[in-house]
Amino acid sequence: MRGPAGRPARKVVKAVGGGDNPLTLGLVVLYLSLIVLIPLAAVAVKGVSSGLGTFWSSVTNTLSLRALGVTLVMSLIVAAIGAVMGTLVAWVLVRDRFPGQRLLGTLIDLPFALPSIVAGLTLIALYGPDSPVGINIAYTRGSTLLALLFVALPFGVRSVQPVLMELDLEAEEAAASLGAGSTTIFRRIILPALTPAIISGAALAFARSVGEFGALALIAGKVPIASIVIYDDIEGGDTQSAAALSLVLMIISLIMLVAIRRTGGRVAR
Amino acid sequence: MTPHRPARLSLRVLAIAYVTILLLAPLFVVFWRTFEHGFGDAFDWMTTPAAVSALWLTLIIAVIAVPCNTVFGIACALITTRGRGRLGRWLDAILDLPFIVSPVVIGLALLLVYGQSGWLAPLFADRGIKIIYAVPGMVLATIFVSLPFVAREVTPVLREVGNDQEQAAATLGASSWQTFWRITLPSIRWGVAYGVVLSTARALGEIGAVLVVSSNVAGQTLTLPLLVYQRNEQVGTQESQLLTSVYAAATELAVISLVVLAVMMAFGSRRSSRK
Repeated sequence: MRGPAGRPARKVVKAVGGGDNPLTLGLVVLYLSLIVLIPLAAVAVKGVSSGLGTFWSSVTNTLSLRALGVTLVMSLIVAAIGAVMGTLVAWVLVRDRFPGQRLLGTLIDLPFALPSIVAGLTLIALYGPDSPVGINIAYTRGSTLLALLFVALPFGVRSVQPVLMELDLEAEEAAASLGAGSTTIFRRIILPALTPAIISGAALAFARSVGEFGALALIAGKVPIASIVIYDDIEGGDTQSAAALSLVLMIISLIMLVAIRRTGGRVAR
Repeated sequence: MTPHRPARLSLRVLAIAYVTILLLAPLFVVFWRTFEHGFGDAFDWMTTPAAVSALWLTLIIAVIAVPCNTVFGIACALITTRGRGRLGRWLDAILDLPFIVSPVVIGLALLLVYGQSGWLAPLFADRGIKIIYAVPGMVLATIFVSLPFVAREVTPVLREVGNDQEQAAATLGASSWQTFWRITLPSIRWGVAYGVVLSTARALGEIGAVLVVSSNVAGQTLTLPLLVYQRNEQVGTQESQLLTSVYAAATELAVISLVVLAVMMAFGSRRSSRK
C-alpha cells in the first residue's frame, strides 16, 4: 500500500503516535523499573537471601502459618459471599426499576473512592465498642469479614453488571414461552452466561482481600492477618521475615492474577 | 425475564439492605459521631496545626503523584495500542501489579531499595538524601499504588479511536508532537479525566504502603489517613470525646471521597456516551 508521494504507508504509521518512539519506551521502562519492578524484586530476593531454610522457617512459624491460614480462608469466604451478593445487587441494578436506583449504582463504587482505613473506622464505629446500636463484634473474625466484604463489594457487582446488561433476552423469552418458570430460566440460561464473570469477580475479590491492610488495621485486633503480621515484622526490624511472608503473598497474588487473566477478566474496573 | 412481583421486591430489599448494612449505615455513624458534640468541636479539631498539615501533605503528595502517573499512563497507552511487539502485553500485565500486591508489601519493597541498607542506598541514603521515612518515599509509595489507573482508562479509548486522524495529520506534515498535542490528546481527554479521578482517589486514600515508609511525625510526615491510624492507636475506641478527632479526620476523608465519587459519576457518563 502506498501513501502520497509514493512512500510506503507503513512508514507513516510508524512515525506517528509515539508508540515506537524509543525515548518514550525507555522512559516508561525506567519509570516502571525504579518504582515497581526493582522494589518487588528486592522483596523476593530478601525473602530468600538468608537461605531457603530460613525462608521456610519464617513462613512456617506458628504466627505466620495461622495468619496465612486465616487470611486465605477469610478471603475465600469473602470471595464466595461477594460473588453471591454481587450478582444479586447487579441483578437489581440491571433488571429492576425503582427510585434511587442510580444512586445505589454509584454508591457501589464507594469502596473504590473511600480510603480503606476510613472503611475500617466506619465499621468499627457502628459494630464496635462505641456502637450506637449496641452491636460489638470488633476485633473478631466477624468484623474482619465485614471489613473485607466492604472492600470487595464493587468487584462482585461490577464484574457481573456489564455481562448482565449485554445478555440477549431472546433465549429467556423463548424459554418462558415454552413454559419454563423463573427459577429454571435463571438456573439454566442466565447463570451459565454469567458464570465466567462471577468467577472473575470472585477471583478479584479474593486477590484484593488477601493483601488488604488499611480496612483491617483498626478492626482486626488479635485476629492473625497476613498483611498485619508483615507490618509488625517491618516495624520490629525483622525485614527478612516480612519479606519471606510477603513473597508468599506475592506468589499467591500472581497465581490469582494469571487465573483472572485466563478467565478473561480485567483487574481494573 | 422478570420474576414475579414479590420475588422482585424481596431481591430489591435484600440488595438495598446489604449495601446499607455494609456501607451506608457505618458511614452515617461516622458522620454522626463527628458532629455529635456539635459542629464546634469538629471544626476546632480540623483546624489544629496537625490536622491542617496532614490535609496539606495528603493533597501535595497527590498533586505530585497523579500528574506523574498521568504522563506515564498516556505513554503506556500509546505503547500498548500503537506500538508493535510484545511489550504492550507485558506492560498490560505489569500494570496489574499495584492492584494485586498488598500495600504493606509495596512499602517493604520501597524500603528495601531506597532505605538505609537498600539496593540504591549508595545513590541516596548514603549521600544523605532521605527517601524512606521522609516525604519522597511517601510520594514513591503513592505513585506505586495509583500507577495503573490512567493507563487502564486511556488504553481502550485510544484503541477505539484509531489512528486515522493521526495518519492524516502526518501526511499533511505535522510533527509527532503537534499530532500528539492537537489530535491524540483531545481524543482521549475523557479517558484521561476519568483515570485522573480514579488515580487521585487512590492516592488520597493510601495507608498501607505510606505507613511503612513514613516516619509518622506530626506536621512533617503524617497524611490524613496516617493521622486517622495514629490517633486511633493513641486513643483507642472507648472514649467518645477524644474520639472526635479520629472521626473528624475520617469525615474529612469521607467527604473528599464522596466528592470524588460524584465526579466519577459525572465523568463516567461522559465517558460512556463518547464511546
